[in-house]
Amino acid sequence: MTHKHIMPFGLLAKIWLALLALTGVTVGVASVDLGYLNVLAAMAVASTKALLVVLFFMHLKYENRALGAFVILVFVILAIFIGFTFFDVAWRPEGGA
Amino acid sequence: MPSPGETVPFLDPYPGRSGILSWIFSTDHKRIGMLYLWSILTMFAVGVVIGVLMRLELIAPGRTIMGAQTYNAMFTLHGVVMIFLFVIPGIPAAFGNILLPLQIGAEDVSFPRLNIFSWWLYLTGAALAVTSLFTGGGPPDTGWTFYVPFSERTTTNVSLAVVAVFILGFSSILTGLNFITTIHRLRAPKMSWGKLPLFVWSLYATAWIQLLATPVLGITVALVFIERLLGIGLFDPARGGDPLLYQHLFWIYSHPAVYIMIVPAMGVVSDIIPAFARKSIFGYKAIAVSSLAIAFAGSLVWAHHMFTSGMSDTAVMVFSFLTFVVAIPSAIKVFNWVATLYKGSIYLEPPLLFSLGFIFLFSAGGLTGLVLGSAGTDIHVHDTYFVVAHFHYVIFGGTGFGLFAAMHFWFPKIFGRMYDRKLANASWYLLIGGFNMLYFPMFIIGLMGMPRRYYDYLPMYQTGHMVSTVGSWVLVAGLVTMFWGLSKCFHGPRTVGRNPWGAATLEWTLPSPPPHLTFLDPPDEVPSPYSYEGVKRDD
Amino acid sequence: MTEHHKDYLGDKFGMWLFLFTEILLFGGLFLLYSVYLHRYPAEFHQAGLELSRVFGTANTIVLITSSFTVAMAISALQQGRRVLCQGLLASTIVLAGVFMVNKYFEWSAKIGHGIYPGSPELVDGPGGTNIFFGLYYVMTGAHGLHVVIGAALLGFCMLRIGQGRVTADDFGLLENGGLYWHLVDLVWIFLFPLFYLIS
Repeated sequence: MTHKHIMPFGLLAKIWLALLALTGVTVGVASVDLGYLNVLAAMAVASTKALLVVLFFMHLKYENRALGAFVILVFVILAIFIGFTFFDVAWRPEGGA
Repeated sequence: MPSPGETVPFLDPYPGRSGILSWIFSTDHKRIGMLYLWSILTMFAVGVVIGVLMRLELIAPGRTIMGAQTYNAMFTLHGVVMIFLFVIPGIPAAFGNILLPLQIGAEDVSFPRLNIFSWWLYLTGAALAVTSLFTGGGPPDTGWTFYVPFSERTTTNVSLAVVAVFILGFSSILTGLNFITTIHRLRAPKMSWGKLPLFVWSLYATAWIQLLATPVLGITVALVFIERLLGIGLFDPARGGDPLLYQHLFWIYSHPAVYIMIVPAMGVVSDIIPAFARKSIFGYKAIAVSSLAIAFAGSLVWAHHMFTSGMSDTAVMVFSFLTFVVAIPSAIKVFNWVATLYKGSIYLEPPLLFSLGFIFLFSAGGLTGLVLGSAGTDIHVHDTYFVVAHFHYVIFGGTGFGLFAAMHFWFPKIFGRMYDRKLANASWYLLIGGFNMLYFPMFIIGLMGMPRRYYDYLPMYQTGHMVSTVGSWVLVAGLVTMFWGLSKCFHGPRTVGRNPWGAATLEWTLPSPPPHLTFLDPPDEVPSPYSYEGVKRDD
Repeated sequence: MTEHHKDYLGDKFGMWLFLFTEILLFGGLFLLYSVYLHRYPAEFHQAGLELSRVFGTANTIVLITSSFTVAMAISALQQGRRVLCQGLLASTIVLAGVFMVNKYFEWSAKIGHGIYPGSPELVDGPGGTNIFFGLYYVMTGAHGLHVVIGAALLGFCMLRIGQGRVTADDFGLLENGGLYWHLVDLVWIFLFPLFYLIS
């Protein structure tokens, strides 16, 4: 094993604390009524948490670029699957469902 | 001093290991490919028999040899067997397994044990699919699409059938995973991306679709199972659900799945045509990139199967437009194949014949696909025999003929024996003739309004149905002739040399059949895959 | 035949590809969730109130912490600190157990109130509510299954480390087990706000 890159405990602990803090933030924001913005805020926080997990816990930041590109591709494809379905459901005539 | 593994042909027992166990637990990609080959050909035979029986029922109006319920079970079974057990594993799992490592100069695939595990999953799925016919409430009668709400309500054994599909899906995913990793990690050091044979490029694109689209099918059929078990109502309007979402999820997989079926066949044809035109492939990069483009664009068009389902008009227009976009990369390939043939020094051997059959039938299927992709005309022909004809032109005429081409191209390499070329040529005429006689009338009766999936019809459609049924007999005669010719590969002395066609990809530098162990050390020199200068025929 | 050459990067790449399939498997469910949230915002809001935010938050903390311990376990193994690594893995598995026990109490409380898939209360009630809880059971159920599989996988890693077959120089298996575990965490990171904080 030539390219052993060891994640230092300190950095992992920082990420852990950040994730806990973000959990606090998202619970806090949820208790304020912002209407539809609540969902957006919750998703924004969740995505940030996911990014931290993927980059550091899952070590993606230190892997080669191609793998990073593939991960992005996967989420783009998933976004397309969900997003394009809305071409249908968001424009369904009233009562036509 | 080479070890026995490097000299004994992989079809023969490795010293000290023989018998069935040395096959069904083999981790050798070539043997696993053979397991798949025999499995899919068996399933093909089953599917053909069912298809012929259905055609026989349809030779005259009214009940001929079976009733409505049996016919429903028949078309369901024909679809499930042909799609999930024959066409999808088809070329990638059989020829891909055998050839991918050889073509990139690798010793094996990245995960040999996972590879045999996928075959076992395939076998389990096949066994469960067959079991579903004889257990529970009788054979499933939903069609291979398992549309809700019927699939949730019917008393037939849909639950077991969807479990089978789930397992088959995972088999397909694991093959795709294996191939992507292999192509990324195990290419010979000098095998750059630009030197990959186009068959490998097509497998690569296919593998990505297998990997990213199949899980959606997995969760979809799992939901059908859960609904049958618990009755949550996720797709049931009476309980707040939306049945159209089932169709979205199903086609999010099943449209890309038609590219899982067709792209490997395109790869086969891309490898064969230059070898028999003695001319480097025209537009290597365009063909390679168009495979990836098909894989990507093919993921954007699924709802064109749903134009009449009641989804929003916006979606109809968007998906209709995108469908036309996906025709472009397919057309790029056809133009490049034709351009490769232009002014080539052509010798018309069976593999090239079948490839030309592919181009002709696939083009007919592809162009009629545009009739269906355009929302206005689709409304008229939706759920008619026009769709059945289109689909069979693309998948049987395309993938089927691609597989036949692959068999005639690579069987001499795999078995070390040549098939009967005269029979192969004769079978081609029977197959092309029978095929068009079987499926072309379906375009016409489809346009006249004959709906699909009925065991009975009005007398006005009888001529078309009768011609079609007779065509099915010609086609079967063609298949019998073809396999009769190919059976010459299975016995007798091995006389074929390393390179009977004078092709330039790496597998032709190996003995026929290849030994158990190949490319233990990666090859020093990697040829340009379509440069025939200095390539000697050795038959 | 000869032993297959070990390809550390290839193994890891293969694991990532497998995670992609998991993402898309759950993706199908997230698709359903998005569409139904769009259709029934009020009912989802109302139904979300019935889930215990305390349980949800506790389980989120448990899973995040377990992700942290598994990440540390990998670092510990790479540094050759085998005992520490085993301890961290054991705590990860314990946390997985805690998660599942929490889940058990949560589910049984709901079921006790007549809220379970296909229950008369849901089926005859408003459609949006039925769909919310239907998705809740399917998605957290699928996730729970992954928790169990992930914990088993980490247990297998512990075994292999104990046998000395996974070591400071050959840690690929543990790394891949860790990747799977992080995926389990990743899915929960999205499930938590969608079900527990939607109100």
